[in-house]
Amino acid sequence: MIGIVALYIFMLAAFTGYEVIAKVPVILHTPLMSGSNFVHGIVLVGAMVALGQAHTGLEKWIGFFGVLLAAGNAVGGYAVTERMLEMFKASGAKRKPGAH
Amino acid sequence: MVLNAAAVIQVSYLLTAFLFIMGLKRMSSPVTARSGILWAGAGMAVATLITFLYPGLSNYGLIIVAIIIGGVIAWVSGRRVAMTDMPQMIALYNGMGGGAAAAIAAVELYRGEQTSMSVATLAVVGGIIGAVSFSGSLIAFGKLQGLIKRSIRFKGQQLLNVLILLGALLLGALVASGTNDTALVVTGLFALALILGLSMTLPIGGADMPVVISLYNALTGLAVAFEGFVLNNAAMIIAGTVVGSAGTLLTQLMARAMNRSLGNVLFSGFGDTGAVAAGGTVAGSMKPIEAADVGVMMAFAQKVIIVPGYGMAVAQAQHKVWELCQLLIDRGVTVRFAIHPVAGRMPGHMNVLLAEAGVPYDLIADLDEINAEFETADVALIIGANDVVNPVARTDKSSPIYGMPILNADKAKNVVVIKRGQGAGFSGIENALFYLDNTRMLYGDGQAAVGQLIQAVKAV
Repeated sequence: MIGIVALYIFMLAAFTGYEVIAKVPVILHTPLMSGSNFVHGIVLVGAMVALGQAHTGLEKWIGFFGVLLAAGNAVGGYAVTERMLEMFKASGAKRKPGAH
Repeated sequence: MVLNAAAVIQVSYLLTAFLFIMGLKRMSSPVTARSGILWAGAGMAVATLITFLYPGLSNYGLIIVAIIIGGVIAWVSGRRVAMTDMPQMIALYNGMGGGAAAAIAAVELYRGEQTSMSVATLAVVGGIIGAVSFSGSLIAFGKLQGLIKRSIRFKGQQLLNVLILLGALLLGALVASGTNDTALVVTGLFALALILGLSMTLPIGGADMPVVISLYNALTGLAVAFEGFVLNNAAMIIAGTVVGSAGTLLTQLMARAMNRSLGNVLFSGFGDTGAVAAGGTVAGSMKPIEAADVGVMMAFAQKVIIVPGYGMAVAQAQHKVWELCQLLIDRGVTVRFAIHPVAGRMPGHMNVLLAEAGVPYDLIADLDEINAEFETADVALIIGANDVVNPVARTDKSSPIYGMPILNADKAKNVVVIKRGQGAGFSGIENALFYLDNTRMLYGDGQAAVGQLIQAVKAV
């Protein structure tokens, strides 16, 4: 990628992140932090490429470790975010206490 | 064929970036939040599958085995963890992401075939940030999980941290400018970065962990973006940058809610159990009350405001609290929940617990909405909250929490505090609210005390 184009992407993405979250109500802070934690699990694709191009034993070990950690980030982040958001219901859909 | 695969991959990554941003946008409104994670999840699935087509990859077996091991462990732990333990799980998963970014940097730097100095510099910076986020998040996890009880502080600690950072940057500059002993220098670089994460996080008290986790979340995003530049991967650049900026904003919002600057959180060593001497002595005495009397008081009230805090989370009392509220609502009492932005161990921690118990989110109000309503409330019921309702934050300039926005529970006609014992709160500051004339203390474990209140209201 040409350097300056990458910088444009960086700048626009930074503004996007700021705008997307700017009006979030406090009740969604934890789920949103968890959700953004899941989104940076995209590091998985980078770790896959790093391991896929590794040659020496050391590179393979580190790459393996990286893919393992990244998969944990992505999968774990999804699991906890989904569990938290599953519980957001308006009064229309009341559940009995302790039913879960 | 190779060219086609590359084009398909680029288009798929574009789609992933779109799905991530839409997902985050939907997650920032309660109505659409649940679908937001599905959008983002679809983006992740697309990106992961398409990456197997990446030209020139080998080691497919290793990749699949690593994904399965990491994924299964994380899935099982993520599904099983109790809602009260969510904050430390987020810290843990975030640390794993930081570690992965550092691992990418390590693989690239050990190989040492960077095309330009700017690429090597980005790899170094992303690697340092990722490693700091990795070890720092693990410490945050340990503290919240109760594995690390003490905060380690000594004179000259900040100076030492600065020296470690300078050392890491120096080694990084050596790597970026090309050195003969690459392997040795790269190893030293990562060792210093990991130590820096430990020594930065160890002195910070448990009460400040929400801010710290949020900060490390933003840092991991940034590290991912930098490694995205190294690997020429647009999906990583966009997703990492979006998380980096969103996480920075969230961190600022949280620090502001505590009336502290980020630097103050990171470097003052405040926010630890019993670490701070009380600002001043408080006159008066705490007046106990029986559950039966509280039951009558609430049953005949017009309006009750509940203020939950970390004590409710520890006692797992949220289901009982909602049961109590439903009894009151059936009697025609108006019930509201007042949530301080930093109640619990994460912003919104209380909301998640209340949602788990089935409390509709429209009964839940945040600080700005609810503070005017305390004056019209007959009863403010405080369950395991302390510093966030301490009126000295408004009145006592010598107090460390002076200026922090608080819930004005003291303005209610009657205040009932459910508390395990007479000790001071998480910050070690005496709470003047407990000594007011209109305050009564109901001693006991949160769950047991609320259970008694349920019986008392039923008996009315």
